[in-house]
Amino acid sequence: MFGRLRSFFAPLIDDNPITVQILGICSALAVTTSMDTALTMSVALTLVLMAASGIIATLRNHMPRAIRLILQITIIAALVIVTDLILQAYAFEVSKRLSIFVSLIVTNCLVMARTETFAMHNPPWPSILDGLVYGLGYSLILLIVGFLRELLGRGTLFGFTVLPAVEDGGWFEPMGVMLLAPSAFFVLGLLIWAIRGWRTAQVEANEYPLPARAEP
Amino acid sequence: MSELFLRAIFADNLILSYFLGLCTYLAISKRLDTALGLAAAMIVVQTITVPVNHLIHRYLLIEGAWAWLGLPDVDLTFLKLIAFIGVIAAAVQVLEMALDRYMPALYRALGIFLPLITVNCAILGGSLFMAERRYDFGESVVFGLGSGIGWALAIALLAAIRERLRYADVPPGLRGLGITFVVTGLISMGFTAFSSVALP
Repeated sequence: MFGRLRSFFAPLIDDNPITVQILGICSALAVTTSMDTALTMSVALTLVLMAASGIIATLRNHMPRAIRLILQITIIAALVIVTDLILQAYAFEVSKRLSIFVSLIVTNCLVMARTETFAMHNPPWPSILDGLVYGLGYSLILLIVGFLRELLGRGTLFGFTVLPAVEDGGWFEPMGVMLLAPSAFFVLGLLIWAIRGWRTAQVEANEYPLPARAEP
Repeated sequence: MSELFLRAIFADNLILSYFLGLCTYLAISKRLDTALGLAAAMIVVQTITVPVNHLIHRYLLIEGAWAWLGLPDVDLTFLKLIAFIGVIAAAVQVLEMALDRYMPALYRALGIFLPLITVNCAILGGSLFMAERRYDFGESVVFGLGSGIGWALAIALLAAIRERLRYADVPPGLRGLGITFVVTGLISMGFTAFSSVALP
């Protein structure tokens, strides 16, 4: 029982789509300058992934192998268009700031990878659950990166002041670089380092080991 | 025009400031020669698809595009995403067949990279940026070429650095993916300096 639970929750840390499988990074970094965009993107991706897995798993026995990729892309694209229109209707501000990145869920490798490897071979309910857990693994990384970047870059979380900034009479000096592109790479790189320091099984093998240093 | 071209290559680089195409960028940058093959394919496909998508967006999808048929209220913008993906997949397929027929050497060199490009976010992202920023036809040609070159430049830089990294003594937890992100962050930091360069 415990072992099954463990493998069920593996996508959260041990088999995380972003830090271990390198899937879906494209959209992950661009939307993490603030918590609300990161959260919106996480929810959008998780819902699209669950819906796409469910639909594709239901139709899996009716899809001819030769055109299955085109069918999958069309289904995902239709779901993404619906998500995008809903966001524009009910959360216009956030949707403007997310810019093209909601549309780019279509080419997010994570969605294609899960539908192709899992939903094509399993019944609908397990596929929807699989989509949920992978969506949560993706969301976890997005929210951690978004938390660090917004907190250190502006001193706020979800737009509320947490660390009072110097220009408002507080003590915190906002680090502007956290809002620029390079910091997203650094934060994710260091986060991967931290996770691998804790879960040493994830450390990559050294392909080109250095010769042992000669003693002086 | 030249300003748009240079911005697309350096300051608004698709990978280093918009994070587009990162999956491919990380997966194919272990060796310089394969990275260069992918980079060449990327420039060609981007230069073709952005202007073609511009024409489709301008004359078939945007609100009022069907006015000449007596249908001024038809707005098909919501089909943008599916139309762009279709164009990209078709362009890649046609390019693949044309290369196979007329330039077999180049076709063999590009090999598996061409089909991979269909699902690259940088290609779709380039077309979506073109639609969002409302470039005209000339601008979309320049933007397509510039952003393709920018992407190619970034992957060539990273691949060259990663080849040298083999001889570096990296801490175990940072090995592989972690150090690649840190290196990319440093390259990206260098490229942000270009955004303050003003052309005479």
